[in-house]
Amino acid sequence: MNDAFPRGKTAIVSTATYGMGEAPGLQSIDLLAHASIAALAKAGLTPADVDGVFTGMPFDLLSGLSVPEYLGIEARITDNNRTGGSAFQTLAVAAALALDSGQCDVALIAYGSNLRTGVGAIAPPPPDPFEWAYKARYPISAYALAAVRHMHEFGTTREQLAEVAVAARAWANRNPLAVKRGPLTVDDVLGARMVCDPLTVRDCCLVTDGGAAVVMTRADRARDLAARPAYLLGGAAATTHNRIAAMPDLTVTGAVDSGRRAFAQAGYGPGDMDALQLYDAFTINPILFLEDLGFCPKGEGGRFVSGGRIAPGGEFPVNTNGGGLSCVHPGMYGLFALAEAADQLMGTAGEHQLDRPVELSLAHGNGMLLSSQATVILGSASTL
Amino acid sequence: MIQRARASGAYVFYPRVAEPRTGETDLEWVEASGSGAVYSTTVQRNRRPTPDSNLALIELAEGPRMLSKVVGIAPDEVRIGMAVQARILDEGDGPFVVFEPEQAA
Repeated sequence: MNDAFPRGKTAIVSTATYGMGEAPGLQSIDLLAHASIAALAKAGLTPADVDGVFTGMPFDLLSGLSVPEYLGIEARITDNNRTGGSAFQTLAVAAALALDSGQCDVALIAYGSNLRTGVGAIAPPPPDPFEWAYKARYPISAYALAAVRHMHEFGTTREQLAEVAVAARAWANRNPLAVKRGPLTVDDVLGARMVCDPLTVRDCCLVTDGGAAVVMTRADRARDLAARPAYLLGGAAATTHNRIAAMPDLTVTGAVDSGRRAFAQAGYGPGDMDALQLYDAFTINPILFLEDLGFCPKGEGGRFVSGGRIAPGGEFPVNTNGGGLSCVHPGMYGLFALAEAADQLMGTAGEHQLDRPVELSLAHGNGMLLSSQATVILGSASTL
Repeated sequence: MIQRARASGAYVFYPRVAEPRTGETDLEWVEASGSGAVYSTTVQRNRRPTPDSNLALIELAEGPRMLSKVVGIAPDEVRIGMAVQARILDEGDGPFVVFEPEQAA
């Protein structure tokens, strides 16, 4: 397979978030628009400069139409990906291909959701003819099943799962915009209300409002729009299933494939990364992704995250904004992970900017029930 | 009943119009053994008065996995690898397949 990627030909030039936490009175698309306009302004652009729209609003099936209309964008290309929270890493790949081929010149990747304050407006999905009777509490039940299987096969412990939540909180405590801050210990996580064994409420991501936006251009223009663009070195996606019953192996995700391909395109390996954003819908996720992306052998993820290795001051900074567990999770978190990866590389993360150089930055997205995985690798000019 | 592809002999669950990967439309309905083993299991802690409930992935003897729940045993006593047997349950909303530990079947 010719898995070519336009390595270094496109870059993220700006990002923004808006309304993280609670944004009463605002519709999802209002949050998306606030984030989009703010991100464009940082690059000296307005919506009228955009000609490629890459979005996926959770409860608006036609967001490929409504987003350009709302913002006044005459889109030459739109993409409205529906693979869950990994969609935004996949959209970054699509934007890179579209920019490189000239189908658009300024790509806007945008998301917004008022999941917390506007929850009454959501219609439940139609019942699944093969699963309705079991009253599964998705998504958490599916992740609980994966965690139980991982514990059974590899001896992963609840304490190791809790370490992921504790690390996320420690990162959030450095980020004034993070929704959930304050002390959190392993014992706090273990003693919290059990939701689906072995996951307590502190093993689960937040339910918040929030919007995010990322602006991409070709590399030649990026140098004029940003002091330190985040070049896309590689990006790949892999989809394995929809229903959790169809996942080939509950301890192995499509990140094996997406990561291997993204690293090959980038010409760098796991050990070269300076910061990792790994979609942490639940504490089992970063453990699975660290294994599948090649940071440790399969089954070692629980031990890998122990002892503060992914926390502030640790060897591998993971989810440096506080992640979905403690920063923000408005239904889908993928674009927030991409924005944080870019901000750390561009040096625009503000108060929670890492105190170490970030030349290579990875954002990994997860969709639905471990169903879709997508990995994007960003690099500074020195890595091209 | 479960679907089986005539040419490959592979079993398919949930029911479809064609076999995954091959696209063959030679699916036929055959009797399912009802035997399986627990692949993974969790306890859904429900708000009272709804009791906690089991949710499990069952690896059918025919190969495919299905989502279901194990009954006839406390939800937190279900274990990975446990041999289970299917039975039909109807709680008033229509019949569906659940599993119970083999020795109790």
